[in-house]
Amino acid sequence: MSGRRKTAVLTEKTMEALIRLCGVSAVVFVFGIFFFVFREGYDLLPRLDYREFFTSIEWYPTSQNRVRYGILALLAGTFSVTVLAMLLAVPFGLGAAIYVSEFCPPKRRETLKVIIELLAAIPSVVWGFIGLTVMNPLIIYLFRVPIGLNVLNGGIILALMSVPIIVSIAEDALKAVPDTYREAALALGATRWQTVYRVLLPAARNGLLAAVLLGVGRAIGETMAVLMATGHAVHIPTSVFDSVRTLTATVAAEMGEAPVHSDHYKVLFVIGILLFTLTFLVNLIADLTVRGIRNK
Amino acid sequence: MSQERTPCIETADLNLWYGSFPALKKVGLQIAAGQITALIGPSGCGKTTLLRCFNRGNERFGNVSTTGEIRILGKNIYDPDVSLIELRKSVGMVFQRPNPLPLSVFDNVVFGLQIHNRRRDLSRSRQEEAVESALRDVFLWEDLKDRLHTRATALQLEQQQKLCIARLLPLKPEIILMDEPCSALDARGTRAIEDLMYSLAGRYTIVIVTHNMAQARRVSQECLFMLLGELVEHSPTRELFLNPRNPKTAEYIEGRYG
Ligand SMILES: Nc1ncnc2c1ncn2[C@@H]1O[C@H](COP(=O)(O)OP(=O)(O)OP(=O)(O)O)[C@@H](O)[C@H]1O
Ligand SMILES: [Mg+2]
Repeated sequence: MSGRRKTAVLTEKTMEALIRLCGVSAVVFVFGIFFFVFREGYDLLPRLDYREFFTSIEWYPTSQNRVRYGILALLAGTFSVTVLAMLLAVPFGLGAAIYVSEFCPPKRRETLKVIIELLAAIPSVVWGFIGLTVMNPLIIYLFRVPIGLNVLNGGIILALMSVPIIVSIAEDALKAVPDTYREAALALGATRWQTVYRVLLPAARNGLLAAVLLGVGRAIGETMAVLMATGHAVHIPTSVFDSVRTLTATVAAEMGEAPVHSDHYKVLFVIGILLFTLTFLVNLIADLTVRGIRNK
Repeated sequence: MSQERTPCIETADLNLWYGSFPALKKVGLQIAAGQITALIGPSGCGKTTLLRCFNRGNERFGNVSTTGEIRILGKNIYDPDVSLIELRKSVGMVFQRPNPLPLSVFDNVVFGLQIHNRRRDLSRSRQEEAVESALRDVFLWEDLKDRLHTRATALQLEQQQKLCIARLLPLKPEIILMDEPCSALDARGTRAIEDLMYSLAGRYTIVIVTHNMAQARRVSQECLFMLLGELVEHSPTRELFLNPRNPKTAEYIEGRYG
């Protein structure tokens, strides 16, 4: 009898320890990743010419006579693709969330949610493949431009990738608005659309903002798809039909060829630190706004 | 008592199903204008459902089917030329839990006006007048006149419920439906809402659902007793409580008194 109780207590304790370990490991991993990225790049940090780094468009990491690490064009690439992706994904994502949560009959809602989740599960290399083999010829054909691997292509692909995140978080935010608000507005004779934009959107504001920010985070951090879809030209784009190269694509493409512990290798890690900081900030802001709703 | 009043709400052979579950069965009733009518019955008998029929509030739920006739002020509300929006303007509803919108006190009161008028037809001064008059009617003006721009959801429950009544008034409703309006309030709040109902009766036709027999006796002139989706008895309140015609009514009100 008491032997059995002892085992029970022991199992309980072990389970508790295991679960705690899982929780703690998440923190350990995040710090671990940051530590390793930082360690690989840090001894370049004091030697780096930051003016050149941030303001020059000249990215010649392997030049024979003078290497130049200017990431302005890469920043512009990331920025242009992300902005275009958000211009497409935010209206579509929020619109879809509003439709799914407020207008759609319950049965269709379930189907749509499954499909949207499916969309979120497509691996990014498959998206890149679509960019390469479907979007590329389509853009060439539709817009009569010489090359279809450009900002437009990358932006559309990234938009498709961020929409599911935006939809599912925005839909949660709308669903969290108490039903009594809808009841009240409808009973006063408001139409469903009036209820949405006068009551629900303001009430769910923070959650919707968080949805958008997490979508942005996804777009900034994405590598494989943009690597394949944006055409790989280090260049500040002047139109959506220009090819660009993003920060992430640069790291992915050059990491393999840069000799370990060379300056080139280290500067790629510095870019990693920059990206880490960017996405961390975006996620932090998103998280704080989500917390803002919960506390209300 | 015997004076003939025009019925304000009239139903004939009203049936309602949630899916295949019959929630209302052959309900036929006439509710007089300008009076307070109480609707009583055990939990789940269909009181809320019946109330929501009068402003077609059941249509939000996807699986509802209704047959029969509902006339409000002599007009069948399922006629194709009836606008749902106009119907809901003239039939206001107050809910069990006070549900002011997450806006300021002021914006709650003018919400109805704002959604039913174009912005340029709605001057600031007209809105201010509407707010003052509605809040005076529900005895909130003195308390809230300096706090019109605080969030309505931060008020006390009693004030919230009064505000929920006040926001109906600028739309000049004929009928106010109240679904257990005091069940979230304490004794003092209940008293206050009842006083408010007396003062609104006459100008508006009020239908109130309540679980509180004493409240039904205090506030209403007529009383409807429902059981399992059926209307069992409809009598003047005094009669229903002193001499119920139907034994089931007697059982219910006695059971309640212990
Ligand atoms: N939206 C709905 N979908 C399905 N069934 C419902 C719905 N609303 C109510 N019902 C069912 O219809 C019946 C009547 O419900 P209703 O809410 O009208 O009762 P009620 O008399 O107001 O009860 P209570 O006193 O508890 O408020 C109940 O059996 C309830 O379960
Ligand atoms: Mg009810």
